[in-house]
Amino acid sequence: MVKALDDISVSIRKGELFGLLGPNGAGKTTLIKILCTLLLPSGGSAYVRGHDVVKEASYVRKIINMVTGGETPGYGILTVAENLWFFSQLYGIRGDVAKSRVKELLETVGLSDEGTTRMNRLSSGMKQRLNVARGFINDPEVLFLDEPTLGLDVLSAKHIRAYIRNWVNTQPEKTVLLTTHYMAEADELCDRVGIIHEGRIVACDKPSNSKAMVRDKSVFQFEIAGSGDHERLKAVRGVVGLSWTHHIESDMSTLKVVLSDQAVASEIESALKASGSRIMSITTPEPTLEDVFIHLVGKGLE
Amino acid sequence: MRQVAFSGDLQRNLQTIIARTYVRIVGSAREPSWLLWDTVLPMLTLSAYVYVYKVMNAPREFTGFVIVGGAMIAFWLNILWDMAAQLYWEKETGNLEPFLIAPISRMAMLMGMAIGGIFNTTLRALGIFIVGALVFQVEFLIADPVAAALVFALTFASLYSLGMVFASVFLMYGREAWHTSHLLQEPIYFLSGFYFPVKFLPFWLQVAASVIPVTFGLDAIRKILILGAGLKEVSLHVIVLTIFWLVLLFMARWLLQYMEDHGRREGRLTLRWQ
Repeated sequence: MVKALDDISVSIRKGELFGLLGPNGAGKTTLIKILCTLLLPSGGSAYVRGHDVVKEASYVRKIINMVTGGETPGYGILTVAENLWFFSQLYGIRGDVAKSRVKELLETVGLSDEGTTRMNRLSSGMKQRLNVARGFINDPEVLFLDEPTLGLDVLSAKHIRAYIRNWVNTQPEKTVLLTTHYMAEADELCDRVGIIHEGRIVACDKPSNSKAMVRDKSVFQFEIAGSGDHERLKAVRGVVGLSWTHHIESDMSTLKVVLSDQAVASEIESALKASGSRIMSITTPEPTLEDVFIHLVGKGLE
Repeated sequence: MRQVAFSGDLQRNLQTIIARTYVRIVGSAREPSWLLWDTVLPMLTLSAYVYVYKVMNAPREFTGFVIVGGAMIAFWLNILWDMAAQLYWEKETGNLEPFLIAPISRMAMLMGMAIGGIFNTTLRALGIFIVGALVFQVEFLIADPVAAALVFALTFASLYSLGMVFASVFLMYGREAWHTSHLLQEPIYFLSGFYFPVKFLPFWLQVAASVIPVTFGLDAIRKILILGAGLKEVSLHVIVLTIFWLVLLFMARWLLQYMEDHGRREGRLTLRWQ
């Protein structure tokens, strides 16, 4: 048996936009599925607005909705507006209210002109925006967003993020649990962020507080030509953690290291040079949530 | 933002049934190619049987039996391939998660699928009846329209309840269950007597056939539509079909809940390609 979640205890306040940040397989989706009544926990208990997700699943379903990024629920043969109407019916939203809600949501996600277009003729990004609109169809008390901007272009993702933030800001009784592996998204959107790794929450605080954790550490970013070898860097004394990303299109790599002491940076530089890597630039960026993750886990989110 | 007005549980489930029925009916209307595949092509097989009976100088009503059987095949295929596999396909297309987290009865969703399926398949069956009547001059002797309506309603109710039972099995066992549909298709054609009356089967095969609701439904429909029988002559069929309907509906409800709980516990309720 795979242990997807391990002794997790987290409490999300009403009116909060809470982010769960972690790499693939960390347990984010498992947690959301338990809270959405799609999975039964093998132990422990979980509540949504004080209602047990196992014993009161029927009630919980009335007050929640969920959007999974990369999914495109609906029927290709129906139009965009018909699809939203269909999902509105599952929540018992009546006639004119359903129609006006569909219209409002299509405007929100920028699909007003596609209302009468069949879903199977939409682009992937448009389908994803429709999926996001579906999540808001019942104006849920608690909304679960599992990687909601996955696969969206930059502009659409920005638009969706703004809508989510505004939705919570203007309705203080609404709560959002968002999972993402996009640092900037969590940083920009969330009131608090829980960092999840191998089924455990290793940190949970406001993004600014979390980032304060690495303020006394030194964060360096090396831009390196080629793909290089970074395994030996882990052994350098004073390296708290590191993340290595290779960009295929430019054949450049980004090495981010969190160091216990600034002086260790020169050792990293020497080690890179010794391994034949060509360093193009070295910067000391402002701490991000990724640095927090590297600091806590010892590696990046990749 | 405008406050959303919600309905009560019953209203919501009724809305779900209507919405799901709408998907099926509109879907068919927007892809009318089914007229060719589901009406004209099946007539080729039916024609072959009709000509075999003609060559054998079989009684004239046998032509009607074949046409009625052919129309009922449309329903059986709809049960096996559409109704049974529906939740499976909803899972594969990403619809199942939104369905399962919605505050609706799963039976309402299946009911909508069933009503939409009955509507669409009835059009197909009517097409087969019309072509059969025009090409082979089949005479329909409906002496008791009430009995006809009752038998049709009970046959559909029991058949589609069986479809709901299958749907819950497909939900959990996906492609494994797919093979069951293949396995059931032809034997049921044979055992239920789609192309000939089951009274010509050996006794033990008739007993085996009697556990299939479509056998009783088809026999009763033939008696009413072709032989001009009334309610009295099909009273046994009505009783058996009613029992089938109630038992299968109860089974479907129980099985669906069981499969859902089982899937939630094992974590593979919405896992794909299993």
